[in-house]
Amino acid sequence: MDQNQRAPLRQRLVSWLILLLGGLYFFVPLIATIDFSLRARKGVLSVLAYQRVLSDPRFASAFTFSLEMALLTVVVGVILVVPTAYWIRLRLPQLRPVVEFVTLMPFVVPAIVLVFGLIRVFSRPPLLLTNSFTGTQILLVAGYVVLVLPYLYRAVDTGLQAIDIRTLTEAAQSLGAGWWVIITQIIFPNLRSAILSGAFLTITIVMGELTMASFLVGLKAFGPYMSQVGQNRAYEGAALAVISFALTWAFTMLFQFVGRRALGGDQAFGAR
Amino acid sequence: MSGNSSVPPAIPSFSEGRAAPAQPSPESPPHRARPGGGLMVWIGVAPFFIFAALFMLLPSFSLLVGSFRDTQGHFTLENIRSLFTPSILSAYSISIRISLTTALGGGLFGFLLAYAVILGGLPRWARDALLTFSGVASNFAGVPLAFAFVATLGRLGMVTVLLKTLGVDIYEIGFNLYSFWGLSLTYMYFQFPLMVLIIAPALEGLKREWREAAENLGASTWDYWRMVALPILTPSILGAIILLFGNAFGAYATALSLTGGLINLITILIGAQIMGDVLYNPGLGYALSFGMIVIMALNMAIYYILRRRSERWLRR
Repeated sequence: MDQNQRAPLRQRLVSWLILLLGGLYFFVPLIATIDFSLRARKGVLSVLAYQRVLSDPRFASAFTFSLEMALLTVVVGVILVVPTAYWIRLRLPQLRPVVEFVTLMPFVVPAIVLVFGLIRVFSRPPLLLTNSFTGTQILLVAGYVVLVLPYLYRAVDTGLQAIDIRTLTEAAQSLGAGWWVIITQIIFPNLRSAILSGAFLTITIVMGELTMASFLVGLKAFGPYMSQVGQNRAYEGAALAVISFALTWAFTMLFQFVGRRALGGDQAFGAR
Repeated sequence: MSGNSSVPPAIPSFSEGRAAPAQPSPESPPHRARPGGGLMVWIGVAPFFIFAALFMLLPSFSLLVGSFRDTQGHFTLENIRSLFTPSILSAYSISIRISLTTALGGGLFGFLLAYAVILGGLPRWARDALLTFSGVASNFAGVPLAFAFVATLGRLGMVTVLLKTLGVDIYEIGFNLYSFWGLSLTYMYFQFPLMVLIIAPALEGLKREWREAAENLGASTWDYWRMVALPILTPSILGAIILLFGNAFGAYATALSLTGGLINLITILIGAQIMGDVLYNPGLGYALSFGMIVIMALNMAIYYILRRRSERWLRR
């Protein structure tokens, strides 16, 4: 950056100082957690806490369960969002403000309120879902789709902006393609990066989610499981926090890597 | 929101749209690529709106209705009135204060950080690193974040112990991780990175020409910031702070994991209400939620207005 030459030394020193503070805020809790997680055996550093966590069968089952929920959320979210965003751009641009408003709902209705409303609506006929495990899973996935809707819609919509959907659609139609073929074989492949980046963010958000999971499925999910382990066994809790952080890191990096390619290097507002 | 474990990262910005007619006529779409015209056009968006109606509108609406109904199903204002009792008012007040504190604190620190790496003369890698870390940290919330802060600033936390060996016992001098300030400090971990992510594009959108023009007209750095840059950035900064406020206000998982539910926040009260173990009046739970939605909606309305103003300057 050419500001390099222009910024006076004093200003650069202050900048470094602020960055150092930010770095401390970011890394000290991590270091403390890693350090703590290695102290399960008195007096020596050991990976005992990790061994205990990883050998707990409930860890594997909660982890798998949440991963399944995350993948289902991605699938449902993509099936809902891609055709809608495509259709709004192609045929119903006048509906755009309405769809935008809907996708912003999670910023008005927090997760705890949404899950309360879901339980209330779906715990009595005619929409009874809370009485079976499958039903609560449906509610959980639906809730997660709502939570990630703003990001997913934004990612897909930005992706659509980058391709000329009108020309692609007309070209496909002139070759005799129907809507199913257009969506599955032309729109989806062209949105691969956008969808992938939305998917990584979804997994990041869903994996450790506590609020909805704890009221709908309880300890079966990873978030509530972590919470319970941490309450009873501090070292294992710290180990789980480290594992969870590593996951967040990995998926955020994937998200940023894919997202940057998808969005042409533009660190757009909201598309991190 | 995240805290709600899933920190809602930054809000997406959408391009401006015209106001939608409530019942747009099926004829209005452009006459190209017709799949079959007429009602068929609407079938394309039907699944999305059915989903939204079932899982977003219906739950919100049912809470709204519930807050004005008594146990027999008659209309009542009793639930709303019961919000105005000291313990509930204090929960709203603590929630609002904690959100304000972390939104302003996180907003200020996040702004300074973004400023430092974008305009402060630091190398390019510092900017990239900060944005990457911010992406990770703004998503790191809820249970693991609470554990991390217990390991750092809890009674046996690393920093606590370190300071103690240096002769400073932070718990002696009144600090407590499980209280207002402890929770605020913890929220800051996802608040300031979120600010960095939101404000960085705005800072990068400040055109060099503006500064040069100001300098050519004899403006000092201070004049430039006071009369050009800050007025342009103000809507973005305020908008970002509003988002941070909402982010903290809706947070539940972090507060619950950190304090075990012992702090009197509005989200914790609602959580207790869902479990049904603290308050025995079901209508009150709906009213609590309704109050939250009202505050969040006000918050978003201000955000939306500011966003429109700031977009004027940020078109590239």
